[in-house]
Amino acid sequence: MSDGPVTASTDTEPVLRVNDLRVWYGTQDGDPVRAVDGVSLEIKAGETLGLVGESGCGKSTLGRGVLGLLPDSAGVEGRVLYRDRELVGIPPKEMRAMRGPEVGLIFQEPMTRLNPLVTIESHFMETLRAHEPELDKEEMKRRSLEALAGMGIPPTRFKQYPHEFSGGMRQRIMIALALVLGPKLLVADEPTTALDVIVEAQILGILADLRRNFDTALLLITHNLGIVAEACDRLAVMYAGRIVEEGDAREVFAEPAHPYTRELLRSIISLDTTGLHYIPGAPPNLIDPPSGCRFHPRCPNAMRVCPERFPIEVPLAGGRRTECWLHGPADEIPPGGSEPLERQEIALAEEA
Amino acid sequence: MRLPHVLQPVAQTRGVPRWILISGVVIVAFFLILAIFAPLIAPYGFDQVEADGMRFAKQASPDSQHLFGTTVQSTDVLSRVVWGSRTAIEVVVLAVVFSLAIGVPLGLFSGYVGGRIDRFLVLIMDALFAFPYLLLAIVIAFLLSDTFGQGVVTAAVAITVVYVPQYFRVIRNHVISVREEPYVEAARALGAPRRTIIGRYIFYNVIQNVPSLATLNAADAILTLAALGFLGYGIQPTDAAEWGYDLQRAIDDAGAGIWWTGLFPGLAIVLLVTGFTLLGEGLNDVINPLIRYQRIPKPDIPAAARPLEVGGPAAAGAARAATETRAHDPPGEVNRE
Amino acid sequence: MESAQLERSAARGGGRGETSRADPLLEVRDLRTLFGLRGSFADRLRGAEAGSVHAVDGVSFDLRPGEVLGIVGESGSGKTTLGRTLLGLVDATSGSIKLEGREITGLGEAEFRELRTRLGIVFQDPHASLNPALTIGASVGDPLRFHGLGGSDEERRGRVVAALERVGLAPAQQFMDKYPAALSGGQKQRAVLARAIILGPDILIADEPVSMLDMSVRAKILELMLDLKREFALTYVYITHDLATAKFFCDRIAIMYLGRIVEIGPAAQIYDDPKHPYTQALLRAIPEPDPSRTVPRDLPRGEVPDAVMPPLGCSLHPRCPRAFEVCGWESRDLRTLLELRWTQLPEEEFERERALIGDLDVLDEPATECVLPAAPDGAGDDAAEVLERLRAEAPDDPFWKGVASTDVEQGGVRVRFRDGIVPGESEADAALVRCHLYDDAALAKARKP
Repeated sequence: MSDGPVTASTDTEPVLRVNDLRVWYGTQDGDPVRAVDGVSLEIKAGETLGLVGESGCGKSTLGRGVLGLLPDSAGVEGRVLYRDRELVGIPPKEMRAMRGPEVGLIFQEPMTRLNPLVTIESHFMETLRAHEPELDKEEMKRRSLEALAGMGIPPTRFKQYPHEFSGGMRQRIMIALALVLGPKLLVADEPTTALDVIVEAQILGILADLRRNFDTALLLITHNLGIVAEACDRLAVMYAGRIVEEGDAREVFAEPAHPYTRELLRSIISLDTTGLHYIPGAPPNLIDPPSGCRFHPRCPNAMRVCPERFPIEVPLAGGRRTECWLHGPADEIPPGGSEPLERQEIALAEEA
Repeated sequence: MRLPHVLQPVAQTRGVPRWILISGVVIVAFFLILAIFAPLIAPYGFDQVEADGMRFAKQASPDSQHLFGTTVQSTDVLSRVVWGSRTAIEVVVLAVVFSLAIGVPLGLFSGYVGGRIDRFLVLIMDALFAFPYLLLAIVIAFLLSDTFGQGVVTAAVAITVVYVPQYFRVIRNHVISVREEPYVEAARALGAPRRTIIGRYIFYNVIQNVPSLATLNAADAILTLAALGFLGYGIQPTDAAEWGYDLQRAIDDAGAGIWWTGLFPGLAIVLLVTGFTLLGEGLNDVINPLIRYQRIPKPDIPAAARPLEVGGPAAAGAARAATETRAHDPPGEVNRE
Repeated sequence: MESAQLERSAARGGGRGETSRADPLLEVRDLRTLFGLRGSFADRLRGAEAGSVHAVDGVSFDLRPGEVLGIVGESGSGKTTLGRTLLGLVDATSGSIKLEGREITGLGEAEFRELRTRLGIVFQDPHASLNPALTIGASVGDPLRFHGLGGSDEERRGRVVAALERVGLAPAQQFMDKYPAALSGGQKQRAVLARAIILGPDILIADEPVSMLDMSVRAKILELMLDLKREFALTYVYITHDLATAKFFCDRIAIMYLGRIVEIGPAAQIYDDPKHPYTQALLRAIPEPDPSRTVPRDLPRGEVPDAVMPPLGCSLHPRCPRAFEVCGWESRDLRTLLELRWTQLPEEEFERERALIGDLDVLDEPATECVLPAAPDGAGDDAAEVLERLRAEAPDDPFWKGVASTDVEQGGVRVRFRDGIVPGESEADAALVRCHLYDDAALAKARKP
């Protein structure tokens, strides 16, 4: 993320820029669910931004919101700029034209996303015909095989059907399909969750190569902090519809600024874990989130000001930012606000 | 009325599906009332040809004495329509109950045990299903009329045979998918006897479609009954009034310009069938989530106080202005389930 | 919490040969579970079987009272089928399972039922493990109902309340009348645990109990499971693909690959000094939440193969970086290698080479001798040329160790492989490993030409 005003050079111009995006889902009778409630972020070319959070934090909604894949009952406000082009509110036809050649999406379950009645070759040809009709068949085949080869799929299998491939290979085919049109931005929503650990590692390697070879910007949405550490340049942590911390992945892992990030990192069970740690309570109701800072009921560092005033985003060193009263701004905290908050014990019934 | 948990969505309907459901209920309720209170509502008996010593006029047009006119046999059309409701409801309710009582348990059992028994039953049911239904009903009615006479029960059984395969099929297919669910496996692993698994774990989870299927079948059954009566294989005219039979009798009248003998029974059929259909479709919309169409309006999202930029000190100021409004939200109760 | 882990690993030994403190609770020997496959339409008409999936292919282990045994493997390893077979949900095809000395394979439903009071079960998907039509109270109380235990309605209700409170769903009244849809994933899993322990079982089989839960909730449920283990003296079989939670939770770990246990031993050793190449690969592949640790992975190539016709010899050999002469090389490996090479060639070169080779499908029949066919209008030399290029590209590939001879013939190149051996169990420190690297006899055989 830039420290100052964005320069004019195309190198540093962000491919994706989201400004105060809000996506609220209407409910049958009652208040809307505030799935995404004011999110801003930026991704530059060749950069991978990891968007992490637990279930219900709104990260999938954010991914879909960027691509315009929301249901009719979702209201969207704010701005999503893809290379300076506003995506919120553009006619569906234009959005469809952009999906594929400009913006690609990789879904979670590769088993169900390919048409079982149609060969892999047909999948590719159809895609290329739809978006780049001026190419001749030979050229289309060459591009397809190239994309597949990059994913480790042998050309001898070009004419096979999806069911003849395993889950990991299908996900690789999906990535190849997403890449064959050369999009500048890829959104991957839990791309490896349904896959085994070794296949997952293989795919992460492929995604890492993307950064290097294709200059594609990647928004990687996941709940698995392990793969974020391996695959991402920067990291944004979401909680209750907002980004509570964002910055360089290494730095965030080394020194998390927001208590939620810190607690989340501590609760991961890795090969080094010797003791169990978890966050008491449960993620909040998005229809009526807690007042002030949404994490305050579960935060071990909560202060008196936290339930009273919504925290103000604070820039930190190294292009990081966070939304937490622990980092000030001090002049906004009323007197006595820095005192520790007397929290009620989280009732047993409210544990996840 | 406390609905079984799986039927809860009925209480939550809104909009178009709700109106469909309500209209269906109203129409069907109307005919139910006619059926139950027929002796009180119908001015005369279904085969009554005289009153106060005076024989009714033959083929009289509607007047104050006979609101719907009379037939060639001097019976009152209105009364026959009302008594016909009773017949229709009796037969159809019996038929649906029989079909459910046979089709659902067979489907449950067949779906759960699989194997040869299942294949055998499916074969039989498919064969029945493939038969032209009216022909099948006629044949059964014909066969049964020797032993049981041509009464309500015969008609009901004839119709039952036609519809059992449908219930069997729907239930069986649903059972086959439900029996692979983890909670059924868990029940097995915990030692549930087979009858408990079928009756407690599978049953409640496969019957969601039954109410709408039953009502739609009822609609169809009315038509089948009327067809049987029309063709002369239905209820014996001396036993009860029946709309289909009346229609058949009304054919000759039509040429002579006598419209009331055919119109009113016909209208009754159409209305009741429509009522059951609306009820069935309404239930279907409600209980089957895939088909459910709900128009949920987009919410109104308040605009930010000032457009925000990402990063930089200006953002803090703008963010402050925007968040000012939010901080004044009433500190709500944390609503947790 | 920290000391518990150390306590446990010190107390138990490893492998099967050691004398244990108590008689094993479960003894599994040579367990096989095969699923028949339906073949093509023609096959089905004839009633022929088209092969079977060797889901569990000769598994043996003991389960000692009070321990937590982890069964770790990827999908296709057979771990879930193993769990199901232990629970009697799937019939074993052959082999034996003894519960405290009593043979339980081949028992009828009725006889098995009374044993089920001793087995508790937790499945992976909390959202699908509870009957959506029953309240939590009813679901948790059902095991009592199935076995006619628990006395009057009052008493049963009391036991349900106790179970719910024990798993942290308190106050129980708040949850008794709720339906599963109203609970979160973690709460549902707690209810499932309550149902599993209400009969006071001895063994709890948990198949991926936390993989569908959020990170911050996993720890809560695992801690709960440890509490329950201590309080009720339970023995766990913990089936998972997640090595990290397995390391924390288990005393001993069995690594499964394609239906067989390839390594089994004390948890500490498995992680600190893994013996089997597959175990080593699994450990390397785990994404660590530490960005400074992006080391090159050196992962096994390819994926878990088809369980219907597993690779000859050692089923890992096509992917194993340390495979050698006797690991079971065969014709299918040649095809795999060729296709891998072609993936990396530019298209024109691929086309050229492809034109020199005939129908590759002949290599799909697993055999220790095969012919790489030249194109119908070509000569055996063409195929030999391709083979040479393949070899030149990576002469150190383990594949070539398994090739005994290559002879050019008229229609292609006849490739003969060394005979492969199916690995048996060898001892390696405190663990048992199925790998020729630890089998002196196999190593000796490999050295002979």
